[in-house]
Amino acid sequence: MQKKAMLATTVALFALAGAAGAQEFNDPAEFARQRAQLSMTPQGPEGQPWAQHLGDSMVDTAKWKKDGPATICFSNAGIFNPWRVVGMHNFQAEAEAQGDRIKELIVVDAEGKDEKQIADIEALVAGGKCDVLIVSPNTTAALTPAVEAAATKLPVVVFDRGVNTTAPVTYIHPVGGYGFGISSGEFIAANLEKGANVLALRIVPGVDVLETRYSAAKNIFDEAGLNVVGSEFTGSDRAKTKSVVEDYLNRGIQIDAIWMDAGDTATAALEAFEDAGLPYPVISGEDQQDFLRKWRDENLTAIAPSYPTYQWRTPIIAALDILDGKPVPGPEWVLPQPAITAETRDGYIDEKLPPLHYSLCGCQDLPGYPARWGGSD
Amino acid sequence: MSETLNTPRVEAARIAVNAGLVLFFGLYAVIVLIQPNYLEPGLFMNFLRRAAPLVILASGQIYVILTGGFDLSVGAVVTFTVTAAALLINGDPGATWSVIALLYLMGAAIGLFNGLVVAYLKVPSIIATLGTMLWLNGLALAWSGGAARGDLPENFRDLGRFQWRDVPLIGTLPMAALVLVVVCALLWWGLHGMGYGKRALAVGDNPRAAELAGIPVARTRITAFVISSLAAVTAGILLGGFSGVSVNAGSGLELQSIAACVIGGAMLLGGRGTIWCAIWGALSLFALFTLLNLMGLPQALRDSIQGLILILAVGLTAWRTRRRS
Repeated sequence: MQKKAMLATTVALFALAGAAGAQEFNDPAEFARQRAQLSMTPQGPEGQPWAQHLGDSMVDTAKWKKDGPATICFSNAGIFNPWRVVGMHNFQAEAEAQGDRIKELIVVDAEGKDEKQIADIEALVAGGKCDVLIVSPNTTAALTPAVEAAATKLPVVVFDRGVNTTAPVTYIHPVGGYGFGISSGEFIAANLEKGANVLALRIVPGVDVLETRYSAAKNIFDEAGLNVVGSEFTGSDRAKTKSVVEDYLNRGIQIDAIWMDAGDTATAALEAFEDAGLPYPVISGEDQQDFLRKWRDENLTAIAPSYPTYQWRTPIIAALDILDGKPVPGPEWVLPQPAITAETRDGYIDEKLPPLHYSLCGCQDLPGYPARWGGSD
Repeated sequence: MSETLNTPRVEAARIAVNAGLVLFFGLYAVIVLIQPNYLEPGLFMNFLRRAAPLVILASGQIYVILTGGFDLSVGAVVTFTVTAAALLINGDPGATWSVIALLYLMGAAIGLFNGLVVAYLKVPSIIATLGTMLWLNGLALAWSGGAARGDLPENFRDLGRFQWRDVPLIGTLPMAALVLVVVCALLWWGLHGMGYGKRALAVGDNPRAAELAGIPVARTRITAFVISSLAAVTAGILLGGFSGVSVNAGSGLELQSIAACVIGGAMLLGGRGTIWCAIWGALSLFALFTLLNLMGLPQALRDSIQGLILILAVGLTAWRTRRRS
């Protein structure tokens, strides 16, 4: 009850203090930190970014050492978007690739509900079968107490979205939202003249990992003297995206660049220019196959920043290392977060894979590729 | 059905239709005020191209509404159509036409299922089609694995995307606008050109009385659901053509199509309305979407205004009808 009241208060505060909320997504220190991380040389095995990390900090895990094959439990926030679909395939394939080292993999899906995930975690811990618990939290604040409680009983690995506690052994994530906005914002700024127009296309408002992408890019655009003519929410809907861009073009607004906080509708945005008989804008998309192919075929001026799905492989690796008593990067395990450029693009294109496949899955060497990810052999 | 019974109802519908039409021209006039180039035929044609899926959906939905039901499954049918088309055609232009035929067969089967459940199992249509919406969305999700897969070739996309350029008088002519006119003509003929419309109105007004009057109630209802599903397949083909493969192509369309009919003056739970309610209502709704886009309001405000205008429009229509009758 108290938790609920707290949640309600938080929501109310957020709704009332929209400006204060925006502040939270525009943190200059975090911006600077992520900008530095983007250019760091990662440590760890060459060519395996999912096993690499940025920075030197490691945590000791000797107290969690346990012999024999492991039972790994995973509380997943849900599989509610294509990114998580690809991620889940990576996760399962990585577990399969580990073979005998894993006795059992127990996965529970919270279907995007905080209450369910809290109950899931409590049930997993109470069940006593898990040697290690992996959590991909649905929301940060709501899941913190449950994760904290679990971490007193068994080693916990958190990834993707974080929690407000250092109780877990490590928190795995790529550089982050600011990094995404920095890679794409800087590319667009470098390819446009001062005073040029940028249209920002975003999925939904109020999601931390997306808001930070936008705030980072917006800072860079403002600094470069670019004019953000609009910031529109498309809900990941292709028809809506295309209509929104058409409306801008119909208003006679010159759009020199399209910036996107997620690339799954990038090709729809480009089609609006095709149908209007206009030249393509400079564009930042994401690492989806359809965008990379379009980029190659139409020779676009483009960049594909990423929030790599290969991070779904890392928790399994971390979990097994912890049970071996090996030190792991922590308390934050920051994964490299590359952006695909014109030079590296063709290496990421695989015609066998479906259009919305995230190319930075790091899954080419995993069992079942490409069929597991919906590809044709 | 006697003339004396029929006349006031037709009269009421005519007044309401005028409301939908007036609303559309009013909204479009505001669009033109804000953005004068929407008066150009080219942009109007583009407006029609984008509105076509919703207009067709509403024109199918009105069949079900007239018989006193709802079809909540049309959005799911749209999503399913786009998903299935992409997976079955998988980028092979040679497969397009046979897959389209198959899609219509699937649509007919879904409509038949809805109709049979409503007519014979006596499940209220709001529940029956909600169930269909859920199982169909689940099926599409399972089939696609949650992410868009497969590919739509050019010749499929053209139906919703292609436009003839340099057409005399109108500038550009989108293929979707042609499809829209043909489909609406067919649906108009189906409703008003034959006795079907009168039977549907009678069933929606009072199914018991209709049955006693010798109207095949079950068949009338089933036909309505089949036509609504077929219209949804058509909308799905146009939408998939307009913007490509998407796993959420149809989300929210079921409520938009019902809202469109009501804005146009059709009465929920049946008994009153014509195809023009659906057409003008859908065009009004789409004009409202476009207007709110053009005004450049923040998203949250846009959604609120949209909701309020919907309530206002329907309230106004209801009030006018009550006053006149």
